[in-house]
Amino acid sequence: MSILPDSIDAVETLLNSGDYVADRSLATTLFLALKMGRPLFLEGEAGVGKTEIAKVLAATLNRRLVRLQCYEGLDLSSAVYEWNYPRQMLEIRLAEATGGGDKETLARDLFSPDFLVERPLLQALKPDPAGAPVLLIDELDRTDEPFEAYLLEVLSDFQITIPEIGPIKAAEPPIVIITSNRTREIHDALKRRCLYYWVDYPSAERELAILERKVPGVQKRLSREIVGFVQHLRETELFKLPGVAETIDWTRALAFLDKVSLDPETIDNTLGVLLKYQDDIAKMKGSEAANILRQVQQDMAALGI
Amino acid sequence: MLLPEPPSTDGPGGAFAINIVHFVRLLRASGLRLGPGKAMDAVRAVEVAGIRRRDDLYWTLFSVLVNRRDQRELFDQAFHIFWRDPKILERMMSLLLPQAEGTAEPSKNQMSQRLREALLPGRGEGRAENEKKEVEIDATLTFSADELLQKKDFADMTAEEMDQAKAAMARIDWPFRPARTRRLQADPRGTRIDLRASIQASLRTGGTIIPLKRKSPGERPPPLVVLCDISGSMSQYSRMFLHFMHALSNDRSRVHSFLFGTRLSNISRMLRQRDVDKALNAVSERVPDWSGGTRIGATLAEFNRLWSRRVLGQGAVVLLLTDGLDREGGAGLPREMERLHKSCHRLIWLNPLLRWDGFEPKAAGIRAILPHVDDFRPVHNLSSIADLAHALSHASEAGNRLKLNLGRLAA
Repeated sequence: MSILPDSIDAVETLLNSGDYVADRSLATTLFLALKMGRPLFLEGEAGVGKTEIAKVLAATLNRRLVRLQCYEGLDLSSAVYEWNYPRQMLEIRLAEATGGGDKETLARDLFSPDFLVERPLLQALKPDPAGAPVLLIDELDRTDEPFEAYLLEVLSDFQITIPEIGPIKAAEPPIVIITSNRTREIHDALKRRCLYYWVDYPSAERELAILERKVPGVQKRLSREIVGFVQHLRETELFKLPGVAETIDWTRALAFLDKVSLDPETIDNTLGVLLKYQDDIAKMKGSEAANILRQVQQDMAALGI
Repeated sequence: MLLPEPPSTDGPGGAFAINIVHFVRLLRASGLRLGPGKAMDAVRAVEVAGIRRRDDLYWTLFSVLVNRRDQRELFDQAFHIFWRDPKILERMMSLLLPQAEGTAEPSKNQMSQRLREALLPGRGEGRAENEKKEVEIDATLTFSADELLQKKDFADMTAEEMDQAKAAMARIDWPFRPARTRRLQADPRGTRIDLRASIQASLRTGGTIIPLKRKSPGERPPPLVVLCDISGSMSQYSRMFLHFMHALSNDRSRVHSFLFGTRLSNISRMLRQRDVDKALNAVSERVPDWSGGTRIGATLAEFNRLWSRRVLGQGAVVLLLTDGLDREGGAGLPREMERLHKSCHRLIWLNPLLRWDGFEPKAAGIRAILPHVDDFRPVHNLSSIADLAHALSHASEAGNRLKLNLGRLAA
């Protein structure tokens, strides 16, 4: 069973070993979540690496990753458990054919763990020789309020009650990471049970470090230009600002095109990798992008790069 | 800089723990909703983290005590003030105490209009007299610069006005067509078969018969977003609109209310307060720009950027309450209106100026808004709000009304 990190520094090292470049603040919060056994609620714009945190955590701690992708209408049968109906029906028919037993025995048999199909939340409560799994509840804001309310019990007691079987409690609570893109406000009652962290866009240095890790072998000059350009873009009035995921995509795209440096024409042609709204692309295309590039290059020249 | 002692020297419950409790109290007094459990959590978190660095203490407390992004600044300020001098709260409290006691007794001026009225005899007769009188207010077209940043006194709302507001709200059968959800619920005529329920039901007969149970998607009202103009030219109406918004917020879930004038304020949480006086007082205290100018374009841009993705999902309906008179002459407005219109399911513009027959869309702001609305209606008193509900619940009628209104404007 893998051992949890025992200091904030250790968490930083752990994330680093999983190629995740983290702020000290994130390492602190994550350390607390692990130590106190509390769910960690990550909020932030799309593409800043919230889901990645859970994945890296599972990989570096050698734990199973149980992922519950949320969507509107998510209900108990797809999130928690479902009965295996075909098998149940077969069982009923068999009981009939053999002139079978009384009603109560049949009911007891039909609703035994043998017929239970486990869905992510229930899976996450199951003991595991490698240690409690990492439970990722992704994009919680996409579900509706009833599901959120259901989670309250699960997250505070790590217990799920199946009427026919009884309560199932985790021997060791899973490491819970919840993410939200804020397309809807999450209720305070749920947030209160969690530690909260706002995942912000990274600073230029951190973004550069991320690029070095994620897209190795790119010319230093090009990655500096890319980061400078994206950072400037985040200060403009766009409907959807590019996240780190977009920066990485863009760098990969430019690497495919064998570019060693940015130029206005390349930017215009690849803007769709970075911006995902037609309005935003129309606004940036041409002179606007060229202006930003010129400024980035001036800044770099001033720093002697 | 005074660094707090590590907790190990004090032990749990030592001076350091007490300071944390004081810090939590300070945050609570500043408006963060923190229960006593949070203080215990915070102490525990600090003990667990074994703080050696100041920024570790910061982030430890942050992770426990903050749960919304907009609380960040307040926390930041409180942290830096408090942990430089943890005794500050004690001293501040002792300074404030005599004053607080002095004002504890409510003076006559502070008494709410409702209470004063209730104490006066003969209220019943007065009401009967007034009952037929419609609350109607002149539409004035003035921007009053001297009223800028002035606080609105909601205590003047009379009991009569409130009764009318309530009656009008009660009559409203909210017309927004419920949106289909993906969540399934039991429905005997549903199109899908609910196996879980079917098997359950079959057990009642010992499994000899499996009756088919069905389910179908449920329905629920779509989210409602109210954007209300509180600039000088709307000041005659804003009080009534606030009552309207308060009634809406307490009538159904998923209502988001925003006020805009020179800046944008989200008042949804304050309006969820059941008591209308408390709710409106909270609003008047927190919102700084009553009866100032209007920057519709800039405030809508702020809404689009910061809020639209958070509140306009799932088929939201937007009610835009404004006269469209903009201090900045509609600068940037067309683009923002287009964005707003594209982000919501339905955009309804309620304009108090429309009641005048001679109304023409001359102002730049009005002309900028017009092409981007699905419905356009007058609203100048509570009865017209009720009318709105009625008209909207009959879709064709609403459509005709829109054509009529727009036709009149085009002519």
